[in-house]
Amino acid sequence: MSRVAIVGVGCVGFKPVTPELSFKELMFEAAVKAYEDAGGLNPRKDIDVFVTCAEDYLEGFSIFDEFVPDQLGAAMRPLFTVSGDGMLGLATACMLIKTGQFDTVVVEAHSKASDILTYIDIVQFGLDPVFNRPLGGHPYYVAGLEMTRYLYETDTTEEQCAQVVVKNRGNAIFNPYAAYGANITIEQVMCSERLFHPLKKLEISTPADGCIVMVLASEEVAKKLTDRPVWVRGVGWCTETPSLETRDWTRAVYTRLAAEMAYREAKITNPWRDIDFAEIHDLFAYKELQHMEALKLCDYGEAGKLTEDGLTSLDGELPVNPSGGLLGMGYGLEASGLQKVLEVVLQLRGEAGARQLDDVEVGLAHTWRGVPTATGVVAILSNVE
Amino acid sequence: MFGKKRVAIVGAGVTLFRRNLKETGKELAYHAAKMALEQAGMELRDIKSVVLGSAPDAFDGVHMKGEYLADGAGAYHKPYMRVFVGGGTGVFAPLAGWWHVASGQFDTCLVVCEEKMSSCFPHPQYAFTTIFDPILERPIGMNLIWIFALEMHRYMHKHNIKKEDIALVSVKNKRNALDNPIAQLGANITVEDVLNSEIMAWPVQRLDVSPTSDGAAAVVLVSEDVAKEVTDNPVWIDGVGWCIDSTHWTNRDLYYPDYVEYAARMAYKMAGIKNPPKEIDVAEPYDPFDYKELHHMEGLLLCRKGEAPKLTREGVTQRDGDLPICPSGGLLGCGNPIAAAGLMKVCEIFWQLRGEAGKRQVPGDPRTGIAQAWGDLMQYGSVIVLRR
Repeated sequence: MSRVAIVGVGCVGFKPVTPELSFKELMFEAAVKAYEDAGGLNPRKDIDVFVTCAEDYLEGFSIFDEFVPDQLGAAMRPLFTVSGDGMLGLATACMLIKTGQFDTVVVEAHSKASDILTYIDIVQFGLDPVFNRPLGGHPYYVAGLEMTRYLYETDTTEEQCAQVVVKNRGNAIFNPYAAYGANITIEQVMCSERLFHPLKKLEISTPADGCIVMVLASEEVAKKLTDRPVWVRGVGWCTETPSLETRDWTRAVYTRLAAEMAYREAKITNPWRDIDFAEIHDLFAYKELQHMEALKLCDYGEAGKLTEDGLTSLDGELPVNPSGGLLGMGYGLEASGLQKVLEVVLQLRGEAGARQLDDVEVGLAHTWRGVPTATGVVAILSNVE
Repeated sequence: MFGKKRVAIVGAGVTLFRRNLKETGKELAYHAAKMALEQAGMELRDIKSVVLGSAPDAFDGVHMKGEYLADGAGAYHKPYMRVFVGGGTGVFAPLAGWWHVASGQFDTCLVVCEEKMSSCFPHPQYAFTTIFDPILERPIGMNLIWIFALEMHRYMHKHNIKKEDIALVSVKNKRNALDNPIAQLGANITVEDVLNSEIMAWPVQRLDVSPTSDGAAAVVLVSEDVAKEVTDNPVWIDGVGWCIDSTHWTNRDLYYPDYVEYAARMAYKMAGIKNPPKEIDVAEPYDPFDYKELHHMEGLLLCRKGEAPKLTREGVTQRDGDLPICPSGGLLGCGNPIAAAGLMKVCEIFWQLRGEAGKRQVPGDPRTGIAQAWGDLMQYGSVIVLRR
């Protein structure tokens, strides 16, 4: 199977608001940065396929695909939309290159969350219209219920969840792409408002604006374009079920199955040993812990303890979310997967500045599509061939 | 010129197309997927990946419609994603299925397209008011019929085409649909009927337009190794192509779909087709409006620019003509559940090439067929080339 590398990345944001830029301008700026980063590509000639990741309701259009081509340099070129997270676009790009028909593929995902006046109402529209939506209530209660179940089953404590927030927002201070870096204490998290019991205000990621564009290439082309390619060793993705009533509420099965697929391809047998650091979806603080366990980075029920002991901090044995995660960077909606991939790429290239980890060779990026879905994607990236 | 692995279609299924079906979107997706698996002689556990196609979330009033439809489409515990390119989605979804298999990532992929337009009340046209630019176009209160009228007008003017010739497409497709058990609007009508039907936005009249509809379609894609195990009669995906034009549709000449030509050239190159009219035996171009079939025949290089009405008048595009076009009855005859209608065209070509189209079978043992769909704001072309 031919190999695929990430050869260029471009990021704008992430910021709480971006009144100075339209979504098209965000995309243009990120695209230009990515094409330059890949060695000065001309998208009209040098790119074979463009993939954009977006959901209509978040954009306020019925067919968002229409409004994408020009700012990416993709007019009269093969472009399409994956209605999903940016990492599903990354998986698609890898498949396209492995067909042998295409050498260079661009993936784009963005968030213009500050343009959305009624974000939670949109999330509400994601609930099953017959069985769940008529119950009313805020959709994040689904997360509150899941957290309750997770804490009960695993004996994880609320303080351990709060520790995730302290760590991630602390890491974000060192990340220029992060919107919400802060020095906070466990006490502050514990005292913040209980919005969806036991989920507290500071344990919920705040949306932010931004855009990420990445250029992927086949092995042959990658080596021509750059001397620091980041190889995609394996990608896995999985959907458990949209049904709230029948899914597993403690173990994030979608993440486990996606990880198994990615590990199989990347030939990873012992994730804790083989992976140097991980970027894990932390829309809610407890989700980082639950996902760590589903990714088999530790035993079931152990993630809270490891976090408490500092093993997942920047100088720990397995740093988790050195970028600051979504709690620190801001929740980039469908771009959240690419936020994860971006940090892994920067760390593997040694370009992560003040938060750079030492001697890292293999990194894991993970995403989840948020409430109320059970869809996850996992990618294993490496700077070693 | 093929991927690492050649990809075959081994099963297809299409539900009834109707204005208002009782089934939910999930149930429609389930029925189509089940039919396709049955024809392939496979079970859901044999399927390693699932691709979904469906048009705007606004029809259903469900955010992340792909996630909502996942279990109906058979994606439980499987790698699953939804692709979306507006009206072009129906033909685009099997292209996404193609790279799932051609990449060597999976050896089987179930492609499901579902559309439930009737839940958009009182009419799905309201969902389309939000496809336009919010600053420049939405305040005008545009709808789809208007922009089609602009395009049709331009096409007629450029080539000096009479409405009578365009109406022949509607007559042909609705008659073809009489032989299609899924069809919503099969009928024996005359050119007079079309010309006397209600004027929607001149020159578009009621019978120039395909009806809104509910329905679903599905195909099973497999690698060459699996194809040899499950069937003696695979249909190969030999070419894929897609292309998007600029967002600024007001800046282009609407008389000819360049983006369809680019998509077709990409697919023909992959399939090694040099002379499309000679090498293609049967075609299903996208026909949501009757002039669109002609427009797309030209874009697909099946004839010269402006020549499609003449071929239609001479009967070349009839089911027993030299180049049968839309033998299924197309969208004008079968109905237009957007994504499902596009995939229905791929299913029809699949059945035609296998000689399984029953009363709709085109004569002459067809070996190569194409299906095409069109979408977004008059800017998207997706093309698939199938061969026996």
